[in-house]
Amino acid sequence: MATAMPRIDRIAEPWGTRTPYGPGETWPTRVDSHLADGLTEADVDRWVQSATILHSNGDALDIAVKDDRIVGVRGRAVDRVNHGRLGPKDLFGWQANNSPERLTKPLIRKRGKLVETDWDTAMNAVAGRCKELLEEQGPSAISFYTTGQLFLEEYYTLGLIAHGGIGTNHVDGNTRLCTATAAAALKETFACDGQPGSYTDIDSADVIALYGHNMAETQTVLWTRVLDRLAGPNPPKVVCVDPRETPVARAATVHLAPRPGTNVMLMNALLHEIIAHGWIDREYIEAHTVGFAELEKQMKAYTPEVAAEVCDVPAERIREAARILGQAERLLSTVLQGFYQAHQASAAAVSVNNINVIRGMLGKPGCGILQMNGQPTAENTREAGADGDLPAFRNWENDEHIADLARIWNIDPMEIPHYSPPTHIMQQLRYMEEGTIRFLYVTATNPAVSLPELARIREILAQERLFLVVQDIFLTETAQLADVVLPAATWGEKTGTFTNVDRTVHLSEKAVEPPGEARSDLDILIDFSHRLGLEDKDGQPLVKWTDAEGAFEGWKECSRGRPCDYSGMSYDKLRGGSGIQWPCNDEHPDGSERIYVDGQFWAHPDYCESYGRDMVTGAPVEETEYRALNPTGRAVLKAAEYVAPHELPSQEFPFQLTTGRTLYHFHTRTKTGRAPQLDAAAPEVWVEMSASDAADRKFAEGDLLEVSTPRGRVRARLRISGIRPGVLFLPFHYGYWDTKDGARPKKKEDSRAANELTLTDWDPVSKQPIFKTAAARVERVARSKGTPAAAPTTTGSAPVTGAVPPTVGGDSARVEELLGGQA
Amino acid sequence: MKLDMAIEELHRSENHLVTVLMSMSDKHKADHEVFYVTRDMAKWSREHVAELARIGRDFGLDLDPEASEDPGLLAGMKQRTSDLLGRRSTPGLLLLADLRHLYREAAGTSLDWEILAQSAQGAKEQELLDVAEKCHPESLRQARWANAHLKVASPQVIAS
Repeated sequence: MATAMPRIDRIAEPWGTRTPYGPGETWPTRVDSHLADGLTEADVDRWVQSATILHSNGDALDIAVKDDRIVGVRGRAVDRVNHGRLGPKDLFGWQANNSPERLTKPLIRKRGKLVETDWDTAMNAVAGRCKELLEEQGPSAISFYTTGQLFLEEYYTLGLIAHGGIGTNHVDGNTRLCTATAAAALKETFACDGQPGSYTDIDSADVIALYGHNMAETQTVLWTRVLDRLAGPNPPKVVCVDPRETPVARAATVHLAPRPGTNVMLMNALLHEIIAHGWIDREYIEAHTVGFAELEKQMKAYTPEVAAEVCDVPAERIREAARILGQAERLLSTVLQGFYQAHQASAAAVSVNNINVIRGMLGKPGCGILQMNGQPTAENTREAGADGDLPAFRNWENDEHIADLARIWNIDPMEIPHYSPPTHIMQQLRYMEEGTIRFLYVTATNPAVSLPELARIREILAQERLFLVVQDIFLTETAQLADVVLPAATWGEKTGTFTNVDRTVHLSEKAVEPPGEARSDLDILIDFSHRLGLEDKDGQPLVKWTDAEGAFEGWKECSRGRPCDYSGMSYDKLRGGSGIQWPCNDEHPDGSERIYVDGQFWAHPDYCESYGRDMVTGAPVEETEYRALNPTGRAVLKAAEYVAPHELPSQEFPFQLTTGRTLYHFHTRTKTGRAPQLDAAAPEVWVEMSASDAADRKFAEGDLLEVSTPRGRVRARLRISGIRPGVLFLPFHYGYWDTKDGARPKKKEDSRAANELTLTDWDPVSKQPIFKTAAARVERVARSKGTPAAAPTTTGSAPVTGAVPPTVGGDSARVEELLGGQA
Repeated sequence: MKLDMAIEELHRSENHLVTVLMSMSDKHKADHEVFYVTRDMAKWSREHVAELARIGRDFGLDLDPEASEDPGLLAGMKQRTSDLLGRRSTPGLLLLADLRHLYREAAGTSLDWEILAQSAQGAKEQELLDVAEKCHPESLRQARWANAHLKVASPQVIAS
């Protein structure tokens, strides 16, 4: 029943109105909606079902269409994920679809300049160069770099073309920067990707632990769920590990702010305490795991005192956190970039799994692990094989899996590269640098801003000898370096499905036509395949579908019997109601809320996706070794030794630089920077420093600083925030597309992309680049004269000094919230 | 009893492994994973050298607990050369050769540990056995990495 319809400034109040609830109760509904100025629901021609794409939460919404244009959004009350709620990026971000800067025609480089052309010319150039190189060098010359922002159908088609058609092993997604460690950590512990958690675990957990996960900013609606629990009876305790004073840290029962690069040391001390106090489920360990004795032995040395020294966190606080985790009755653990993009990423994330496993807290309400994703469709990049892995969690080291995939694709098993792990993007770049990869096809991502050490990335991408294809919706910094640019349709302009971190699959339907000649990524990929003449072993086209639903049906067959089983779903079933969680098959026609119930895993040597890797060197474990270690497919407890970070502060570079994100922006701002309310909330780059570090240097809020590392320099205004002393923070969203420079800083003082400064180094297990520990120094360029940094005050960048005006959105940011509403 | 000889031999080969790993790291600075992982693994061998020097005293040996390493000047030169050559594809073959060399050195060292562990058991030298049980897995991991990285690197080097 509707009780109120307030209009809330959702820039000023990103999480909206509280609807408190208690443990085990159903999260109340609150339907958020926002329409273009002056319009009401009565003006809307039609509502088209979809879900959110400017973060990873997978909130269901309906797109409002008037006169064949998108004019707003409304949360879907019936959906299990959001119960009607939307975050600021969803409420305002759709406006970017209508931007006049959208790409509407293919572009091709002629005499050094990108000029408009027709589709036929552009596609012939792309397919022609690809064929030439295949003849001249073979598949090792060809690589693909995709995203976490397309749809499942597109990833599956891309993987089929690359693996089954071209036969290259050089396939990756920008999920390498976002969730590669989530997948790697799950493969280490459970020998298979797939999230052992459900968002409903928040409803019944008595402890929620967030490791390097600023959920308040990265998944605002999920955090709203936590806030509603915290505002209700018997709220959960919250444990937060983060070097910044984020909204999560401010809400936490215990906040641990370790020195960057020391997560494994901290996790080992927590494990040490939990084991030493016997807060473990011996029966569960005995019945369902391998490796406990070694874990127990290795954790002995990691006392809270040792960790206190290395992490610079009081030993008593580590003990307090361990006590809360150890005495939890229903423990939900979540992990994100603070662990994934840090030194020893996989080892730290695996340690989080270890805590839930040794406490037997899996597969029942309130007990789960969410190794989070950063992007809306990252789960699909991984499961459909567009991150280089084989589709449906097939194991490249298992010949039976390869034979099965070859049967589905109707090709010879030798056509599918399975001689080594896929070539991740950082290694692909190395091959481009030395000149053996000569064709790179980028879909929907912007490596010229998002990858580390940008001067090097630009140098590689701009090489004459590299043929660069960029398929995107705007002329990004990367697109400006391309030989051919293909204009793509985006969310709302094409149909497809995508899956969030709690395995909920949503259908996103086409609401309007794409602008100009832009085409869906799926159509472009199928066209590419046909122009290459890719065929199966009977001479039929390799890609057998012509539309999204056909691709989905193909994917259903590929996923049948595998962990991420979609065979029981259909577009019709996904229409109208709530999203559905995989596995969904004959046995579970309505999907499965929980996996790993009663200690049943997908880890059997014949079935598992991965045999694991060495936690320090990253060397894959061989099949025979895995069979000996884990013959019956239990959960694997892996211990990891702490290794010091590779780049430590020095006299010359005394700070540790960490990069990250803000609530109001997504990725490199190509969409959020074109939504006025979001852009105004965080219009420029800033740098954060602690009050004590600022006082030591007599720096004040708003001073213009220059941050430098051995790789480059960036100028930004200072925000004095609650970050731990010795650490600097830069948001990574800001590139050059909306500066006068366009693609790159023309002069050194114009540099503003955080990745000018980051180093080329990655976790050997997940191959995720390190963005959280670079040694840096800082100098003042100019005093503020009273102008504060343009950083949000509502978030982790909240000021701790001076009179900084609060971040507000004003009238244009007012959003309707229908409490208890049924749409 | 020739336990002292076995310890001395291992001390020599672990020492050599530090040099092999660090030299390989410097030579392949433009190959970031090789650069960092070999450095991380060199730390293990340095610890093994120190452990062997410590336990060696019980067997009348006076071994240097510090691994002898390349002077910094030489290391710097190798790194600069790697950066300069890093835009060509020929160093790929050199990488394969170095991985092959590392594999043989690490596997040999691992066998030396096997010999020491077996001998310590035979001689009922518990402390020496503990040292071997702690260090041996790490030299196996060094060999496994060399093998695994060879698998990853060779298709691109040879089939391009």
